[in-house]
Amino acid sequence: MPNHTIEVNDVSKAFLIGLQESRKETLGAAIFSWVRSPVKNYNILKRLNTYNYSEESEDLFWALRNVSFKLGQGETLGIIGNNGAGKSTLLKIISRITNPTHGYVEVNGRVSSLLEVGTGFHSELTGRENVYLNGTILGMSRKEIDKKFDAIVDFSEVEKFIDTQVKKYSTGMRLRLAFSVAAFLEPDVMIIDEVLAVGDAPFRKKSLTKMIEVAKGGTSVILVSHNPLAVQQLCKNTILLTHGRITDFGATDEVMQRYLGGVTMDRTIQEWSLEEAPSSDDVKLIKAEVRPSSPGVPVIRPGDGFEFEFVFYFMFEEECDVTVTFHLNDEYENLVFIGSTALTNLKYIAGKGYFKTVCRIPPDLLNGGTFTVTKLFVLRNYSELIYEHNEILSFEITSDYAYEHGNNGRIDGLLKPKLDWEVKANVETEMML
Amino acid sequence: MNIRGSDMSISRRPTKFRIEPGRKWKLLDLKELAYYKDLLYFFVLRDFTVQFKQTVLGFLWAVINPVFQMVVFSVIFGKLAEISSDGIPYPIFSFAAILPFNYFSQSLTGASGSLVGSASLLTKVYFPRILIPITPVLSKLVDFAIAFVILIFMMLYYSISPTWNILFLPLLIIIMILSAMGMGMWLSSLAIQYRDVKFALSYITTLLMYTAPVVFPASLILEKFGNTAYLLYGIYPMVGVIEGFRAALLGFKPMPWELIAIGAVSSIILFVTGGSYFKRTERIFADVA
Repeated sequence: MPNHTIEVNDVSKAFLIGLQESRKETLGAAIFSWVRSPVKNYNILKRLNTYNYSEESEDLFWALRNVSFKLGQGETLGIIGNNGAGKSTLLKIISRITNPTHGYVEVNGRVSSLLEVGTGFHSELTGRENVYLNGTILGMSRKEIDKKFDAIVDFSEVEKFIDTQVKKYSTGMRLRLAFSVAAFLEPDVMIIDEVLAVGDAPFRKKSLTKMIEVAKGGTSVILVSHNPLAVQQLCKNTILLTHGRITDFGATDEVMQRYLGGVTMDRTIQEWSLEEAPSSDDVKLIKAEVRPSSPGVPVIRPGDGFEFEFVFYFMFEEECDVTVTFHLNDEYENLVFIGSTALTNLKYIAGKGYFKTVCRIPPDLLNGGTFTVTKLFVLRNYSELIYEHNEILSFEITSDYAYEHGNNGRIDGLLKPKLDWEVKANVETEMML
Repeated sequence: MNIRGSDMSISRRPTKFRIEPGRKWKLLDLKELAYYKDLLYFFVLRDFTVQFKQTVLGFLWAVINPVFQMVVFSVIFGKLAEISSDGIPYPIFSFAAILPFNYFSQSLTGASGSLVGSASLLTKVYFPRILIPITPVLSKLVDFAIAFVILIFMMLYYSISPTWNILFLPLLIIIMILSAMGMGMWLSSLAIQYRDVKFALSYITTLLMYTAPVVFPASLILEKFGNTAYLLYGIYPMVGVIEGFRAALLGFKPMPWELIAIGAVSSIILFVTGGSYFKRTERIFADVA
C-alpha cells in the first residue's frame, strides 16, 4: 500500500471571466459590433478551452495557485477559508470533475465525492429507484446496493415511503434518503463539501456522527465546511485557503483559532476623531466598542463576561438628564435585550464635553452566535431623541468546540446561563418533604 | 461499528489515476466502462421510466407518433404527390423507413441536449461522461422495439412475408446505433460548448428527414442523378439502413449492399470521430456547463 492516498502537486486553476466591454458611442459602431458579435462570441467560447498556465491575462481569474499537499491513508483533512477562497474548486479537481490548469493530483484508491447530497435524484422515480440510481452514480455496483439496501433504508427512516415517488417526499425525507446512500459508500477517500450543513438539527447531528464513524473506520476524509464544529470533530489537520493559496496549515484546533481570531473580531470597534465623528445637532459619537472583560482573551465565549463602551461628545451648553440605550439583536433578527441607563433608576446629568458609558454583560448569559448592536440612541430628559445610530457594532460569541472542551460544546437556545441546581439522589421520601 | 465491509466486489474499480491538464486520452476506457455498466443500466432505465410518467396514454405514444407520421405521409406523398414507392403499398413503404429514422432523429435530439441537461451531475460527481449521450441512444431502442411490433401487424395486414435477408437486420440495427451514437457524441459535446446547437437542431433533423429516403425510395436518386450520385448518397448511413429495412422485411427488391457497405464505413467514421472529439473536450465540460 502506498503511504499516501492523495498527492496534490503544485495545482493551479484558472477561469475565464467576463470583462466589461466598452460602450459604443455611435449607432454605426453599435450596429457594426452587433454584426461582428458572432465572431467575437466564437472566440470567447473557444478560449474557454485553450488558455494555458503561462498566460497572464486580465480576463483570467486564478481560483487556485500552486496548491500542494499530501493525504495519508486514513488521515482526515479539513479545508477552510472565506467564500471564494477556492475550496470547492480544489475539491472538484481532486474529485476528477474538472481538470487543473497546471500541476497534477495523484490518487490511489477508490474516491467518492459528496459535493452535494442527492446528486442525480429524479423526482419522478420512487425512493427505491433513486437509491439505485444515486448509488451507482456515486460509484457503487448494483450488487453492492442490493446488499446494503436494507441498511440504507433503515438509516434513512423512510421505509414506509420507499416505493413512493420522491416528488411526494418532504425536503427532509429526501435529504435523509440521499444522505443514507452516501453514508454507505465504502471508499478509501471520501471528499465532502458542506453537505453536513443541511437538514434539521437532529439530522445534522446524525450525519456528523455517521461521518465520524466512517473516518474512524480507516477512510481518509477531506472536508470543506463553514461549520467549524464539523471540521473540528472530524479532521485532525486543516488547511486554510486564502485567495487560492494555502496560507495556513496545521493541527485543526490551532488553524481554527488563528482563523476565527482573524475574522470574528472585525467590527468590534469604531472610533473617530472629534472632527470626523458622526454627529447630530447636539451629539457626536466618538467611539463604540465591544470587548471581553478580561484583557488578553482573543474571543468572547459564552462563559466570558464582556462589555460595551460608548463615548459621546455633547455640544449642548445647558446641563440636562441624559439616557443612553442600545438594542442587541442576534443573527436571526431577534431582539435579545435592550440595554439602557434608564433602567438603572439613576439620573445622569451631563453638560458640554465627553460622556463615556460602559455596560458590562455578566458571564454565562448569552449563547454562542453573531450579535449586532442594531440601535444606539441618546435621549434628553427621557423623551427628546438627540442622537441615533444604526448597526454600529457586530461581534461573535464563539461557541465552537475548540474553546469549550469539557463544556459540551454548542447547545441550542438563545441563552446559555449557568443555573443553580439542587440535586439529590437516592433520598427517602420524607427527606424530600 | 465498522461499516467497511470486506466485500471484494468493490475492488474492480480502477483505483490509481492522475488528474492533470494534459491531452492524453484513450478513445474508450473499456475497463472503466465495464465498471460503470450498472450506472448505464440505471440511466437507461431512468430515461425510459420517466419518459411517459404522468401521461394517460403512456406507452401508446411510442406507437401513435410513427403511425400518425405514416398516415400523413401516405395521404400527402402517396396519394396527392404520387411519389413512387417501388411497387410497395405506400403506408408500409413509409412505415418501414419511419421506424429506423425516428429512432435516429429521436436519439440525436435526446443526445444533443443530454450534456446540457445533466449540468448538475457534471459539476458534482465523476463518472465516464460518455455515458450521458449514450443513454438516450440506448433508451430509444425500447421505443423502436414497440413501434416494430406495429410494423409486424402491418406486414400481416398486407400479407407481406419477410425475406431471408431479415437475418441481416441486426447488422442494419448496429449501423443505425453506431451512427446515432457518433452523431450524438458530436452534437452533445458541441452543444455544451456552443448553445447554438440547441437552436439549429430542429433544422438539422428536418434536413436529415427529407434527405433520407423516408418519403421516397433511394432508387429515385439513381433514376434522376445517376450511379455516382447514388453511391455518394450512401455516405449518409441512414440511406443504407432504411433501404435495407425495406428490402429485408418487405421483399420487392434485392438488398442494396453497396449502400449498406458505404453506410457502414461512414457510420464507423462518425462513431470514431465523434468519440474522439468527445474525449478530447470532455475535460472542460464541467467548466462550461
